[in-house]
Amino acid sequence: MFSLTGVEHRYAGTPVLRIDAWQAQAGEHWLLAGPSGSGKTTALHILAGLTTPTVGRVVVGGTDLATIQGSARDRWRGRCVGLVPQRLHLVGALDVRANVLLAQFLAGLPQDRARVDELLAAVGVGELAHRYPRALSQGQAQRVAVARAVVNRPALVLADEPTANLDDAHAAATLDLLQRQARATGATLVVASHDARVRPWLPQVRTLGEAPR
Amino acid sequence: MTTLGLALAYARRRPLATLLNVLLLAVGVATITLVILLTRALETRMQREAAGIDLVVGAKGSPLQLILAGIYHADVPPGNVPLREVLELRANPLVREVIPLALGDSYRGFRIVGTSPGLVAHYGATLAQGGLWQAPMDAVLGSDVARASGLAPGDTFAGSHGLGGSGALHQATPYRVVGILAPTGNVVDRLVLTGIDSVWQVHDTHGHAAAAAAEHDDADEREVTIALIKYASPLAAASLPRAINARTSLQAASPAYETARLLSVFGVGTDIIRGFALLLIGASALGLFVALTQALDERRHDLAIMRALGASRGRVVAVLLLESGLLAGLGLGLGLACAHLLAASVGHWLPAASALAGDAAAWRPEEWSVVALALGAGILATLLPAWRAYRLDVAATLADG
Repeated sequence: MFSLTGVEHRYAGTPVLRIDAWQAQAGEHWLLAGPSGSGKTTALHILAGLTTPTVGRVVVGGTDLATIQGSARDRWRGRCVGLVPQRLHLVGALDVRANVLLAQFLAGLPQDRARVDELLAAVGVGELAHRYPRALSQGQAQRVAVARAVVNRPALVLADEPTANLDDAHAAATLDLLQRQARATGATLVVASHDARVRPWLPQVRTLGEAPR
Repeated sequence: MTTLGLALAYARRRPLATLLNVLLLAVGVATITLVILLTRALETRMQREAAGIDLVVGAKGSPLQLILAGIYHADVPPGNVPLREVLELRANPLVREVIPLALGDSYRGFRIVGTSPGLVAHYGATLAQGGLWQAPMDAVLGSDVARASGLAPGDTFAGSHGLGGSGALHQATPYRVVGILAPTGNVVDRLVLTGIDSVWQVHDTHGHAAAAAAEHDDADEREVTIALIKYASPLAAASLPRAINARTSLQAASPAYETARLLSVFGVGTDIIRGFALLLIGASALGLFVALTQALDERRHDLAIMRALGASRGRVVAVLLLESGLLAGLGLGLGLACAHLLAASVGHWLPAASALAGDAAAWRPEEWSVVALALGAGILATLLPAWRAYRLDVAATLADG
């Protein structure tokens, strides 16, 4: 589904990420492990086409990201990648339903309210569709962010430290939700985390700095 | 979900800041538009009321005063002139028509004008009721006078001495209303018209006019206040005013020239008000700039997640431009609406300017420049925030939490 070959990224000349080779197949669920500062978030952003690596080749869903730039890459990302950022970044000016519809709108896809409502119900926040993000708990906001990430049925779902600041029960619920939603759409899932609680959920692990398993 | 819906959602998120920016812009737009509307209405009105009158002749003094008294009925005349000299003008081949005016009295602040039926014809006035004056002390009321006084044909009233309406009443020589004019939108709406002999009769009785004239009823002794002259040929403009001014007792004033001079004097004041309004619009643009810059700082994570969800740089900038365009449009619309509303109701809050209300409410081409100015200010205020949004480092913004 995706492959990274000879990828290296530097900030102001300092290397922050090096992945010699990493391949994932469609439908696989991966843990991207490593301590803080090891480049996990950078790796997710490279897979999402948000960051262009200093060197190396990135192919996602058969598309070499070096061949698409600008608005074409934005459009590709909107349709092919679902991202759950660590801070979630729900749009405060929009209610829960509009936050999820926003993903369809910005990707240029038809806005399917039925799909959005169905998804919100599936992630357990169907009753909160008209609430604004400031009125949500961390767990509820996490669920909305997952719904937003998968609403376009992307081939690749990326989650950055999704269990940070969550207790065990909520961490487990979030991981279960991510996996269920990824399975429902056949998406490849990559969870970047240094949280030891995540490892049992995701048997395929790529630890940064080590050779892929 | 639409780009407009998104921009509206952001505008609603900060209702107070949004409202203040809209109001500030609206005040600037309303001020500058109101100045435009009222000055243009004044110009239109003055030009319309002076239209067709080529020259105003009266006693020597200020030519502007002569125009204000003879055409706009807004000032006291500089004095009277012999009727004989005015009649002589009629014989001049360069003159097509002479309309004499005898001023001196008023009724409830409306001027009583002794004149010929030519004045009614000049303004294109038609009778709504009754007929024109036939005998001394017959009076025809302009539409504003009739509405304000409630007088109808057959009613009588006494004029008061002087043009301010506070002088002694001429109780001994009451006027009888014989007709009421239909509204014309001209100064004649605010006049009481009568024959010149009526004015002479009132003042003969009152003792103000030349007693000798009353005894002899002789044009040599009679006086009028002003004569409105229409040229027989454009060539008259070159020679007639000079010829009249050369006489010892008469002065000729050009309405076009004096009106332009008066408007240029007003122009200084209106330029100052326009400058102030421009400052207000500039301040509102600055306010919009500050609000959008602050909003951008607060919203950079939103913009970053929008980019991560597939929005192009252009789409993100479009949201910001649309948002500021909405605010500018709202302020502009509100300002224009307020200006037109105030202009239309000018008579209620400024009775002296009530005659301008009809002309002031109309759309003026100069208002397009206000539209361009307000929208331009809104767009200008957005450029820097929009540029920052365009250059946003999405990955770094998402990562910095």
